Amino acid sequence: MAKVGDRVQAAVGSVAVIDAGEGLDALLKVLQRGGYRTIGPKVRDGAVVLEDVSRADELPLGLIDDQQPGQYRLSQAKTPAYFDFTHGAQSWKRYLFPPKEKLWSAQKTNKGFDVQNDIDAPKYAFIGVRACELNAIAIQDKVFIAGEHVNTSYQARREKALIVALNCRRAGGTCFCASMNAGPKVEGGYDLALTELTNKSGHSFLIEAGSEHGEKILAKLNTRPATPADIKAAAKAVEQAAQSMGREMPKSARKVLTKNLESAHWQDVANRCLDCANCTLVCPTCFCNTTTDTTSLDGQHAERWRQWDSCFTLDFSYIHGGAIRREGSERYRQWITHKLASWHEQFGVSGCVGCGRCITWCPVGIDITAEVRAIAKKGK
Amino acid sequence: MTSHAAAQPSPKNDNLADDAMMPAPFRIVKRTQELADTFTIELTPASGRGGAFAFRPGQFNMLYAFGVGEVPISISGDPANPKKLIHTIRTVGAVTQAISNMKVGDEIGVRGPFGSAWPVEQAEGSDVVIITGGIGLAPLRPAIDHVLANRNKYGRFVILYGARSPADVLFMDQLTAWRGRLDTYVDVTVDHATRDWAGNVGVVTRLIERANFDAYHAKAFICGPELMMRFTIKELSARGFADEDIYVSMERNMKCAIGHCGHCQFGGKFVCKDGPVFPYSSVNALLKVRGL
Amino acid sequence: MVKIEGIDKLLAEHPFFKDMPVDARKTLAGCAKNERIEPGDYLAQEGKPADKFYLIRSGALAVECHVPSGDNLVIETLHTGEVLGWSWMVVPFEWSFDIRAVELTRVISLDAACLRKKIIKDKLLGFELYSRFIPILAKRLHSTRQQLTDMYGKS
Repeated sequence: MAKVGDRVQAAVGSVAVIDAGEGLDALLKVLQRGGYRTIGPKVRDGAVVLEDVSRADELPLGLIDDQQPGQYRLSQAKTPAYFDFTHGAQSWKRYLFPPKEKLWSAQKTNKGFDVQNDIDAPKYAFIGVRACELNAIAIQDKVFIAGEHVNTSYQARREKALIVALNCRRAGGTCFCASMNAGPKVEGGYDLALTELTNKSGHSFLIEAGSEHGEKILAKLNTRPATPADIKAAAKAVEQAAQSMGREMPKSARKVLTKNLESAHWQDVANRCLDCANCTLVCPTCFCNTTTDTTSLDGQHAERWRQWDSCFTLDFSYIHGGAIRREGSERYRQWITHKLASWHEQFGVSGCVGCGRCITWCPVGIDITAEVRAIAKKGK
Repeated sequence: MTSHAAAQPSPKNDNLADDAMMPAPFRIVKRTQELADTFTIELTPASGRGGAFAFRPGQFNMLYAFGVGEVPISISGDPANPKKLIHTIRTVGAVTQAISNMKVGDEIGVRGPFGSAWPVEQAEGSDVVIITGGIGLAPLRPAIDHVLANRNKYGRFVILYGARSPADVLFMDQLTAWRGRLDTYVDVTVDHATRDWAGNVGVVTRLIERANFDAYHAKAFICGPELMMRFTIKELSARGFADEDIYVSMERNMKCAIGHCGHCQFGGKFVCKDGPVFPYSSVNALLKVRGL
Repeated sequence: MVKIEGIDKLLAEHPFFKDMPVDARKTLAGCAKNERIEPGDYLAQEGKPADKFYLIRSGALAVECHVPSGDNLVIETLHTGEVLGWSWMVVPFEWSFDIRAVELTRVISLDAACLRKKIIKDKLLGFELYSRFIPILAKRLHSTRQQLTDMYGKS
């Protein structure tokens, strides 16, 4: 299983080509027979969601997305491809780090109480994990399993997870992964990687193995050898995506934010930001969560639950009768400086992978890259 | 900037759960009412197997009251006597009230120890100045115990303590005993008192000017409300203390205590694992920004 | 047996007179007196004429607020090297609080009436006094404000 830090060069793993529809179907079947719960993209309520997918014909063939700040539209493309849309509001974190999870339960005894935990760790196979998302998973690995204490349920799910990555051949309307060095090409950390090929010779996928397990699965599929033309076409498609990003994050983001904690611009953003917390919910790296202790009515049984939380809520920083970040400007500053500056200090990398979700799903279209530029302009 | 003591992992005690989010049941073996709203409990593992609870001075545990919730509480016992796990708690909310209602024999959940420690090793060879107020004396008592147990490794030892009134002075008997030692300077003050209080009245920062220590060869450990720490640091700096020789104990909203939930962040620091003890030099810029 | 020292020498020893020009100090010595207060004795009472200010040579004084229904409230204690009494400078020249000796205290008292006469004649002398009192009052105000924040309270 591909793990944190695995960096397998595409050339080292086997490379082959599979037919588009049939190949995907076969892959799904092999994974299901291996006991995996296959999760992939579908469409629901006008957006791409990540759900159980059993057959290739459940995938949204031909789907294209149009993402702009505060805007998300789906439509059908002229060239039907399986993966030319980019993503929806959800990310794979909802499976590895569920929105709501029971940590443990406790039962009262004669003398006191007993505590037990049951870790819920299904065996997931993720189909279509893009470079930004792969990097986001690696980042959450640093948060949850690389420190002194380990998030045991995350670790259990992560170790079992099989990743079929996908090289994007099209940049979404709000994407900027290239400027964050987080895509669009997938680099290591996957079991298999797909690049879609649609040309005169037909509709197929270049498929590369990135781990021993990936090799084993590849061996079970009906493949034909990848020609130099296939490999070149795949590389070209990804390069095209890299070149067509509509925005970029200034390289000086970390420095700019660290130096301008008292910028007048924070109030400017606060005048627009609704504190709706959408950005933290859709962000694939945001990890803030809270614990809730509950008890049964008769007081005999207690549980602790963990659920997603957001630094945008007023009581997130509550202590001693009041919140530390009482102003919206302070809360927005917390989110962006954590994401782009403090994260480096904490985990050695940026917290942002340039997926653009926060820009798309912000009801007022606040653009994280534009805010950094605005602060740089107004400040030191 | 290095995190001085957070670099070492916390002691692992084998009477605790493997999963850092699971509390281990401990039993209350002794309960003392210290002040009207403050009490001390002594704990032992509920398994009855005994065992020591190793910790470093300044560290804290998450204490769980069955069905009510969890709260971070500094360990206030003697680190050289790990057979007794001692916590001094002030009742301020639902969880601390629930713990206050518990009796000897009741069980309480423990997770820990967490956090960075007072740099008692680094302070060897220097004067040690402890300045605290209110319940702040509880997280510092382990450091005081350590210095006194190793007295000849340190220079002058100064303890300055402030409380609202004489009835709010914590560990009065111990302060008196410490003051009785010839090798320790103790000064206590209150915000106001009645005539039968023979001690000082005034804010704790005023005690600094009368205390004798060499600011250029000293370490200060400060614990108290952020307001008190701010004013105290100003006085110490005026006296010649360098920012890196002053250590503060910070407080922030805590849920997991293991750096996974994000609540306790203060700038880029997790108060639960990079702190709660910080050299002032590593947080002075952060403290100056409001609402950070 | 109490040793009798030149009052000017005693003034020179007290931090209040640090860097004061010698002739100004000698002028003030003319208003100064060495005093000793027994523990529990009162130097001043609220409302009475503020006819002196005190330099504490040794001991401790408590600043008290009289509470009719209960015990007096002590709001500050002052120690060796400190200065007590500024009401003599401000109309209506009456003490704002009671002052009690907590322990045997030796002070130098300076007579207000004597001082006020001298200040009117010699403006520079007034400057020497006020420029020393202002930082002391600022520090006193700052400390009092900190006490007001009730910082140890159920925070």
